[in-house]
Order: sequence, then C-alpha cells, then structure tokens
Amino acid sequence: MNEWLTTLLIVIPAAGALLVALLPLSGYWAGSLAALTSLVEIGFWITAAGKFDFSSPSLQLSQDHPWFRDLNVSYHVGMYGFSVWLVGMTVIVMAACVIYGWWVGRTRPRAYFALMLMLTAAIVGVFTAQDLLLFYAFFEAMLIPLYVLIGVWGGPGRMRATLTFVVYTVVGSLLMLAAIVAYGLHYGTFDLTQIPQSDNTWLFLGFVVAFAIKSPLFPLHGWLPSAYRESPPEVSAVLSGVVSKAGLYGLLRIAIAKFPTVAHDWRYELLVLASISLVYGSLLAFRAPDFRGVVMYSSLAQSGLIVLGLFAFNSLGVDGAVLQMVNHGLISASLFLLAGMVERRTSTGELRLLGGMARGRPMLATVLMTTGIIALAVPLSSSFAGEFLILAGVFQQHWIWGVIGAGAIVLAAMYMLRLISAVLHQDVGSAVPESALDLRLGELAVVVPLVACLLALSAYPNLVSGHSFPADSTIQVTAK
Amino acid sequence: MIKTPHVDWLALSPELALLGASAVLLMVAVFVPKQLRSSAAAFTGFAGFVTAFVFAVVLGAKTPHLTTLIHDSMYRDRWSALGQVLVAGCGAVAVLISFRERWGEEHVGEYYALLAAAGAGMCFFLQAANLMTLFLGLEWFSISLYVLTAIDIDLIGSLEAGLKYLIVGAVGSATLLFGSALVYGRTGQLSFDKIAAAGYSHDAMLVLGLAMVIAGLMFKSSAAPFHMWTPDAYQGAPTPVTSFMSSATKVAALMVTYRVLTVAFPGETHLWRWAIAIIACISLAWGNIGALVQRNVKRILAYSSISHAGFMLIGIAAASHLGAKALAYYLIPYAAMSLGSFAVVAVRERELGMPVTLENLSGFGWERPFFGVGMWVFMLGFLGFPLTGGFIGKFYVFSAAYDSGFWWLIVVGVIATMISAYYYLGIVRAMYFRESSELQLAPAGGAPPREALVGIAVVVCLVVTVGSFFAVQPLIDVANAAANALPL
Repeated sequence: MNEWLTTLLIVIPAAGALLVALLPLSGYWAGSLAALTSLVEIGFWITAAGKFDFSSPSLQLSQDHPWFRDLNVSYHVGMYGFSVWLVGMTVIVMAACVIYGWWVGRTRPRAYFALMLMLTAAIVGVFTAQDLLLFYAFFEAMLIPLYVLIGVWGGPGRMRATLTFVVYTVVGSLLMLAAIVAYGLHYGTFDLTQIPQSDNTWLFLGFVVAFAIKSPLFPLHGWLPSAYRESPPEVSAVLSGVVSKAGLYGLLRIAIAKFPTVAHDWRYELLVLASISLVYGSLLAFRAPDFRGVVMYSSLAQSGLIVLGLFAFNSLGVDGAVLQMVNHGLISASLFLLAGMVERRTSTGELRLLGGMARGRPMLATVLMTTGIIALAVPLSSSFAGEFLILAGVFQQHWIWGVIGAGAIVLAAMYMLRLISAVLHQDVGSAVPESALDLRLGELAVVVPLVACLLALSAYPNLVSGHSFPADSTIQVTAK
Repeated sequence: MIKTPHVDWLALSPELALLGASAVLLMVAVFVPKQLRSSAAAFTGFAGFVTAFVFAVVLGAKTPHLTTLIHDSMYRDRWSALGQVLVAGCGAVAVLISFRERWGEEHVGEYYALLAAAGAGMCFFLQAANLMTLFLGLEWFSISLYVLTAIDIDLIGSLEAGLKYLIVGAVGSATLLFGSALVYGRTGQLSFDKIAAAGYSHDAMLVLGLAMVIAGLMFKSSAAPFHMWTPDAYQGAPTPVTSFMSSATKVAALMVTYRVLTVAFPGETHLWRWAIAIIACISLAWGNIGALVQRNVKRILAYSSISHAGFMLIGIAAASHLGAKALAYYLIPYAAMSLGSFAVVAVRERELGMPVTLENLSGFGWERPFFGVGMWVFMLGFLGFPLTGGFIGKFYVFSAAYDSGFWWLIVVGVIATMISAYYYLGIVRAMYFRESSELQLAPAGGAPPREALVGIAVVVCLVVTVGSFFAVQPLIDVANAAANALPL
C-alpha cells in the first residue's frame, strides 16, 4: 500500500479529470465531483505525510517500474521530506482554487474542472518524479491545461497572454529537454537517484534557464504580467502559488543537487539575479496600479528571495527556502483569490478606484489584513521565520546579500501596507458600490483554510523547516 | 516437365492481398448496382487493407532473420514487415475517412482500387532489394497517388494539385533512375548488398549516383528542398487521399531510404549522413517557417509534415542502431497523428462545405467536443508534448543524434520545435479560444453529417498516439527487431 501512495496522489486527480470530462454532469455536479476529488486528494496526502518517516534521509513511498529499458528510463516516483511539504501545499491550494471555481460557477464546467484536476496531477507529478524524463513529462504536462485555462476563461487580453506564456515556457523547457538527453545518455540512466553528479556548465545552464523562466527570475519574467492579469483569479493563484514552485523545486532538486560544483561556481551570478528580482519586483509591486499587479510582482520578489536561500549553499538557507516556498504558495494563492473576490464586487482591480472596503465588511477586512500581514513577514509569522532563515543562510555567503534581503523586507512592508490601505481604508472608491457584500460563506470556505494553514505554520514553522532535510540528507545541497 | 521456381508466397502476401482487393474493386466498380457501390467498394477496400495488415503481422512474426526472394530482388525481413504493417494500417484508416467523402458516385470503385494499388506498391517498395525493384515500387505507388490526387475533378485545385505532383514527382523519379544508372554503371551491380561489396567507395561516379538516389527518395519523403509539391498536393488532393499520402508515403519512403543507404552505401556513410543531416536541417527550418504564415489548415499540416520529415531524417543521419530504432518508433505515432489530424479536417470540411482555415475552425472544439479533443491531442503530439508518442519519438531521435555525435542536430531540432509551437497551438487556439459566433460564415444548414466511421478512425489514431506514450517498451521491442534487419 505504501509504495502506491505517491502514485495515487498523481492518479486520483487524473482519474477525477477523466470522470468529470466524460460523465454528462451538469455544472453544479461536475464542480462538486471535482471538489470532492481534490478533498480526497488532501486526505491521501495527509495519509502519506502520516506514513512518512521525516528522520530518514532516503526516498520514501517510492515506486519504480521500467518504462523503456534500452535507455534506462523508468516510472520512478517517491518523496523526500521537502517534497512532502510542496505536495501538501499543492493539493491544498489546488483544492481551494477548484472550490473557488465551483463557487464562482465557471462556464463550460466539465472542461474547466477536468483541466484543473489534470493540472493538479501534473504538478504533483513534478514534485514526486525521480526520473529525469518523467519529470520533464510532468513539467510539460502542466503547460497543456494552463494554456487552455488562460486562453478560454481568461480576460480580454488572453490571446496575447497565452502566446507570451507559451513562448517563454516552451523555450525554457526545450532547452531542458536537450540538457536531459545529453545528461542522461552520457551516464546511461535517467534515474535521478542514481545518475551521478555532473560538472558540465552547459547542461547546468539548460536546466537553470528552464527553471528560472518558470519561477520566474529576472530577466526571464516577461510572461508574468500578462499571464497573471489575464487569467481567471484562481488560475493566477495556481500559477504564482504552485506552478512557480515547480521551477524553484527544479533548481533545488536538479540544478543544485546534480550540478553542485557548477552551481557553486555560478552562485554569484544567480545571487545577483535573485537580488535584482527581489528589489526590482518589490519596487514594481510598490508602483503597481492594481491589486493583482501588487501580488504578482511580489511573487517575482519572493522568487528572488527563495533563490537567495537556495544559493546560500547551507542548510539554513535551504530550509528557509523550502519553508518560504510553502508560505508563499499559500499567501499568494490567498491574495489572488481575494483579488478575484474584490474584482467580482467592483469589476475592477485598479487601486485608485478601490478603497474603504473595510467599512461594513469585517470578514473581507480581517482575512485580507491577516494574509497581508503574514505576507509582509511581520515577526512571529511563518514568512518571518522563512525569510529569517534565508537571510541568516545567505548572510554566511556574504553580508551584502543579507543587507539586500533585509532591505527588501522593508519594501515588502511598504507594498503590502499600500495594498491593504488602498483596498480597505481611505475614502470609499468610485468603483465600490454601497451594496457590495462582505465575503460570502463559500468564499470564506475557500480562503479561511488557506489562512488557517498559514497561522498554523506561524505557530510552528519548524514543521516544515525542521522536517525537510534530515541531517545526513541524500540530497547534497550544502557546499563541500 | 517445366520446373516451377519456389515462390515464397507469405513474403509476398501483403502486396498480393492488396492487389487482389484492387482487382475485386475494379469488378465492383462495374458490376455492383449504383446505390450499393459506395458501401461495397469501401468494404472491399477495408477488407483488403486489413488482410494485408494481418499478413504483414504474420510475416513479421515468422521472419526472425533476413532472407531474400526472387533472385535476390526482394527482402523478407522485419524492417519491411513493420513498414507494411504501418502502410496497411494507414490504408485501413484512410478507407474509414474516405467513406463519407462526396465522391462522384461513378468513380468510387476506382478510387478504392487505386488506394489499394498504392498500398500494394508501397508494400512492394518496402521489400525492394535492388535498384530495379526500388524504381518499380516507387513508380507503382507514385502513379496511383498522382491519379488519386486529381481524382475529384469537382474539387477546386484537385486537378492542379495532381498535375503539380505528377510533374515534380516525375522529376524525382527521373533523378532516382539516373542515379541508379550511374551506380549500376560504376559497380555493374543492381543488388544493394552487391553494390556495397563491389567496393567502389570514394568513386566520384558512385558518389554522384548516391547523391541522385538520395535526392529521388527525398522527393517522396517530402523533405526540403525537395518538398515543393507537398503543400499544393496536400491542399488540393481530397482530404482522405492527403491523409494516406502524408502517413503511408512517408513510412515507405523513409524506411526504404534507411535501407538503401545502410545496405548499398556503407562505404560512404561519412558522406551520406552529412547529406541527410543537412537535408534534415533544411526541412526543419523550411517546414516550420513555412507553416507560420499559412491560414489553410491542410497547408499548415503539409508544412508540418515537411518538418517531421526533418525530425525523422535525424534518425537516419545518426546512422546507428539507435537511429533506426528511433525512426521505426517515430513513424508509429507520426502516422497516427497525421491520419487523425486530416480526418478531423475532413470532418470540418464536410460540415462547412469549404476548405478549412484557421478562421473557420473557430468554436469547433466546443461544437464537436470529441473531434476537438482529438485534434488537440494530435497537435500536442506533433509538437512533442507528453502524453503522446510524439514526445517519446522526439526524445528517441534526439538521443540517437546525441549518441552518434550529432549533438548540434538536437539544437536545430529544439529550435524547430519552439517555432512549431506557434502554429500547432495556433490551431488549438483557433478551435477553443474563439467563439463560433465570431465566425462570419453562412451556415451550411441542417444537422452536422453523420461521421461514425471517421469517429472510429479518430479513436484508432488517438489510441495509437496516446498508447505509444505509455506502451513504449513493446513498441521499442518491435522497432528493435525491425532495426536488427539493417546492417548497423
């Protein structure tokens, strides 16, 4: 049973997707089947996490079947400590987004929910695949539903948004494919647990570019504004909360773990790019004219921060990076969903037309305030823990990175408070109708669990940071 | 008493089954009453292709080692058997696609007869073991295809397409013939293995002959720069014919190319693999760039077939066992995707009664969900996305290139794939992202035509396209057994 758990985590949403697509259900029932599937998925994740031995450094709940033998490609899935948390974040955020889509009542429901579930399966696959080609297959498979989700259910500029999104991601992932072919054939296996470490700079760069586009990292973030603005809010939530983590996970699991010496040699280049992303993203978020703009550029900044942690090359930085990946997944999903909820009431996200929404809407005010305050890394919050670990880790590389990171935290406070004040406080905006309702029960049911997870992590961040990399980890991420 | 020579009937069975079907079909065309003719002809054609398919499978199963027959003029081996299985399968699916096409009822028997004859010619061509049978097979199926392209004289452009195909194709055949003459003139041998054994490597005349033989075969594979007939012929021909041309012809031409080059010209490997590599690059570049500016879906698919010729030629340029395996594997999902995508185009064409362009695909995905999803999967397959065999095919081809030192071909292939994303996904975009109300079209009126048989054809193609992603090992075993027949 145990070895099937990881496979089940991939198969359940995939099977759910097929069912939703094929059964002739009405929109309501298609949505409830999808919501049920994603809740069952969470149940299985809890089971898996319960059976997982966090003190053991080896791959667990794994399953390995040859796929084609002549090139040694296999269906090999399993989880390490940090992948458990990323998968957990994925299934929780995806469930919230599916339920939000159900509550909103998306048109063409069967196609919509089938694609959301297919996306869940692909993302869980990315976090659990232990074979390079399988990893690539899942990584590419994420793009298929995303393309249609943005293109069909997106805003007026969706055509352009999908085009830029696809161009960027396809370029990145094909570079990765070339790198995978060369890397795997050179060593005669594609199994991530067996393939030896390499010191080939070109292969490293092939992987890094693909992951940097997905994360995104400056200067490869060009697809971000249009994709995040034109998507339906719950798809933006998935993009910035979960899909971007696939890129960061790839940096950790492949680029750093398999190319340690090259990664170490290139750390300054990556730290510089990460710092630029962090500072530039924060400044853009501060200047952004709309709700989603703030959240999306803060995602860029957070990617930068997480990469700082990854390329600190010590356990503090990496622990912090994983914690922050989970935090940011939950935070940005909540914020994008809140953006969607505000946009539903005001039919705009422009901050100058919003304002004063706190009056008479205590739920909205409380939830947005709580999320925003956690997002700006106020002490005792989970992202404070994550950012503190990252900064402590990267400080050991050089004090300058610590200074940049700390400065960016100040910027984070600025843009988050600006957002909160522009939406909730100040004078009542011209686009805010008097009759705009407070958060409804369905909306609360989506956002409150996400915020509750964040509060739980704030109470005990060690749950993630202390249970990701056992002392003698088989994933070597610390400098030699 | 006259001594009758021993004839290996099993080795000839795929050709004979198709020839038999062709003969019966000519009778059907004359004797069966008009109202039954279409169904009877389609059934006979289908039965012929299925019989040939079964015979080819049996032939492959019963042929562990390569042998020759009829004075060493034909091969009996798994390489050709695999090709025949694919050709016969393509033919059977093409019959399903053809059934509801608006033919002039009086020519329907001849249509299926020609289709079966073309299939028989390809099966013969695949077994060719000397320059004579090579040319004979090539002409046999080409002439059938010339007529098939022009068969629907009511269709605008069909006649023109047939003429273009005839003229350009004839140039290709003539080039092949001239090249064969040069090779024969130098070595005094017709058989592929004896040409190699004659030992005239690095001889200028032999190399010139080799170049012309390659050029002739590349015309049939529709590889650039020998592709100029492809877009016009694919666009002008009736869509079921296009589906058969784009899948079966490519199977036959590419598999035979690999055989001729490795068996007859092993001494020139260092030359021909560069030639093929360069042709592959030109095909990848030209096919993908050409497709970017097209609006007609059949033309887009025609350019895409040129670019896929490029991908498969990478497998030939590898000149290795892995390369042969890669080509043999790649052809399986490719043939399915090709047939399937043209089948969907045929459905839309019959619905609208006009050529299918990107504009008038609008909303198709929502109106006909099954065909829409089918087209979506085929496009992702062409693009080499996971969950389709196209992904594994590309992976194998790139692996073969890397393995034999042509790593730069991977770079070219990767760039080509990036470009191709634009138009493959453009078709998906056209089908799903736009509402059909944006379509400024006079509706044809009435319910959409019943398309049960095309539906079956698309299901078969979907099963092969997606199935070849999951069941890689059995297909690779088959490809491996086929590749063992080549001296690599």
